[in-house]
Amino acid sequence: MRDRLRSLGRLEPVDDLFKAWRRVPGRIRTSVPLLALVTLAAGYPYYASSLPTDVPVILAFPDVGAGVTILVFVVMAVGLNVVVGYAGLLDLGYVAFYAIGAYTAGWLASGQFEQVRFHFGSVGISREAQGIHISVWLVLLCAGLITALGGILIGLPTLRLRGDYLAIVTLGFGEIIPQFVRNADSLHGFDLTHGTFGISPIDSPGFGEGLNNAVGLPVSFAQSFDRARLFYWAALVVLLVTVFCCYRLRDSRLGRAWIAIREDETAAGAMGIPLMRTKTWAYAIGAFFGGVAGAYVASFNSGAFPSQFHFNISIFLLCMVILGGMGSLWGVVIGGAILAWLNVEGLANIGAWANAHTPLNVEVAKYEFGIYGVIIVLMMLFRPVGLIPERRRKRELEEGSHGPIDDPLYDHRDQDEPTGTRA
Amino acid sequence: MLLCVWLVVNLIKTPSDFFTVLLIGITTGSVYALIALGYTLVYGILQLINFAHGDVFALTGLVSSTFLVSLFGLDETSSVLAILAGLLATLVIVVAFGAFLNATIEFVAYRRLRQAPRLAVLITAVGMSFIVQNVSLAIFGVNFRSIPPLISDANVFKIGDVSYQWNQLFAVLATVPILILLTWLVQSTRHGKAMRATSQDTDAAAIMGVNVNRTISFTFLLAGGLAGVGGLLYLIEFNMRYDTGFELGLIAFTAAVLGGIGNLSGAVLGALLIGLIQAFNEGLSWLAPGSDWTRSIVFGILIAILVFRPEGLLGERTPEGA
Repeated sequence: MRDRLRSLGRLEPVDDLFKAWRRVPGRIRTSVPLLALVTLAAGYPYYASSLPTDVPVILAFPDVGAGVTILVFVVMAVGLNVVVGYAGLLDLGYVAFYAIGAYTAGWLASGQFEQVRFHFGSVGISREAQGIHISVWLVLLCAGLITALGGILIGLPTLRLRGDYLAIVTLGFGEIIPQFVRNADSLHGFDLTHGTFGISPIDSPGFGEGLNNAVGLPVSFAQSFDRARLFYWAALVVLLVTVFCCYRLRDSRLGRAWIAIREDETAAGAMGIPLMRTKTWAYAIGAFFGGVAGAYVASFNSGAFPSQFHFNISIFLLCMVILGGMGSLWGVVIGGAILAWLNVEGLANIGAWANAHTPLNVEVAKYEFGIYGVIIVLMMLFRPVGLIPERRRKRELEEGSHGPIDDPLYDHRDQDEPTGTRA
Repeated sequence: MLLCVWLVVNLIKTPSDFFTVLLIGITTGSVYALIALGYTLVYGILQLINFAHGDVFALTGLVSSTFLVSLFGLDETSSVLAILAGLLATLVIVVAFGAFLNATIEFVAYRRLRQAPRLAVLITAVGMSFIVQNVSLAIFGVNFRSIPPLISDANVFKIGDVSYQWNQLFAVLATVPILILLTWLVQSTRHGKAMRATSQDTDAAAIMGVNVNRTISFTFLLAGGLAGVGGLLYLIEFNMRYDTGFELGLIAFTAAVLGGIGNLSGAVLGALLIGLIQAFNEGLSWLAPGSDWTRSIVFGILIAILVFRPEGLLGERTPEGA
């Protein structure tokens, strides 16, 4: 970019700006835009209503409620990125984790099990209400842990398989678990999931009477006037924690092991990386975030319904990861936000705009997944590294095959070469 | 073991149900076989799970419904000769269409990725699947399509309560010669030899003068043609819409894996088994989980096979499964 600008010959001030920016210490250089972005996101509920609603092409910016959905989808995309991007394990059944998380919230924070009465830190619920009511903050954690356990259970038998076989097995689980929750309304007469009706209502998070009196934090999000805003901020916190964890994980011993496995499993194994354990960890951690996100969505929607958990969601999330750039944390956040926004209302808005301003008359939202298909294929054909590529990944994809068809005899990769050599 | 006991108990309790369901299973199984063969052919040569295959199958089925009903105007009152001629013409058209569509998909999406990591191609295949599915959606809408009962549902034979109808037999009758033709094609022709050589070692085949790209295109043509036949036969039995292909494709893929992916007779065996399992599950009365659970059972089998015997029933052990 800088070179391109310089070649125009008369952009000296811009050049100087770039130079000055480069002299800023690295830590500040990365944290300033980040802080700006977080501030922008955190303040969104305050200025969302004053944004224009007649923007060309996109018509309007999402309202705060849509923002919650977008944030949660980004959390899931970041979690999937651990499995697909870091460890290179194609998971086509991530929706299973989403479902487990949502149903865990349904079991631990609703009146589903009316045979018992158990309250622990729940807010905004009558003390006499039947069922299990645990504080939603704790439920988020529990859902994450239970889903991680589910991930391990799915992973243990299947992670020995490579590549496409693993993909198809995960796809199988992604189909089985939604069908299970749909049908498990009378397992020997026991109503586990309430079948097609789903579990509803589910408790909402809050801070309880004590904190409300002391510092004025809301008792319960659901009963608050600012429900959407509160859910939005909490989702933002969840997202920030997720991104922070994944950021730190990537450079940890475990993260480097994942990347080694992704690049060459055999070599990684020969170097003493315990393959099974490392891959299972990737699965468990990816599943953890999927579960947290699922539980959060369930609490926000106040319900977990089997129709939410369709195979398409897995593909949608995969599409976010691919669009952003597999393995690239910031890329996935951006790609996820874009696609989630398209899914929530962007496509409908763009379609409405296009129909109004062109002779076309297409129901864009109907072909949503066709559009995602086109995005996937185009990205894979023309920019397999994604919008914001991870540096290492870019090199790997430019190098060419790791498949059995033409494994290079010698590895030409050189750490110092920024672009890599073409074999 | 338990499965055998379950089958035997069902056989004793309701023998007529058992045999009726058995025949249904063979019919569905033979349609699955046609789709499963498409997966196996492509996997054998490219090591690629062609996710779009099921959607190609669905699109061909929908196209044949248009031809049969709207263009040829056939219904149950048409004469036998007209029906046969119409079916034959439709068959030729949809086979050509399916073959062309499948080869186009390969040419547009997969060929450029010959040297890319395998996951990249697989992800592209998923994308193509969604594109084809939405093309069907755009052309045919969300409603189910079916055709009038063209093939008579008179009984071929009827023993006790067990009956077998012509429209069921038709699928089997159409499948068998196609399988024989395919076996001959792969085993005894130059093209078949080229296919087998390419699937064993692409580079060596290329050195030996095999035109690899053309061979791969040919394989996709074959697979697409089979999907076309499958689409027409499926339409005769059942109704279908734009997303029928997705689930059926997964079932057929399971069948291919069950038999040993890359192995032609394995795919047929696996498809028959899956057809039988599905029919038994949905049709038997004693302790059968029922159609709500079909998908779970099929995928449960898929997972069990991949975990315990990844080479399938008839396949050879490959490094993939290790």
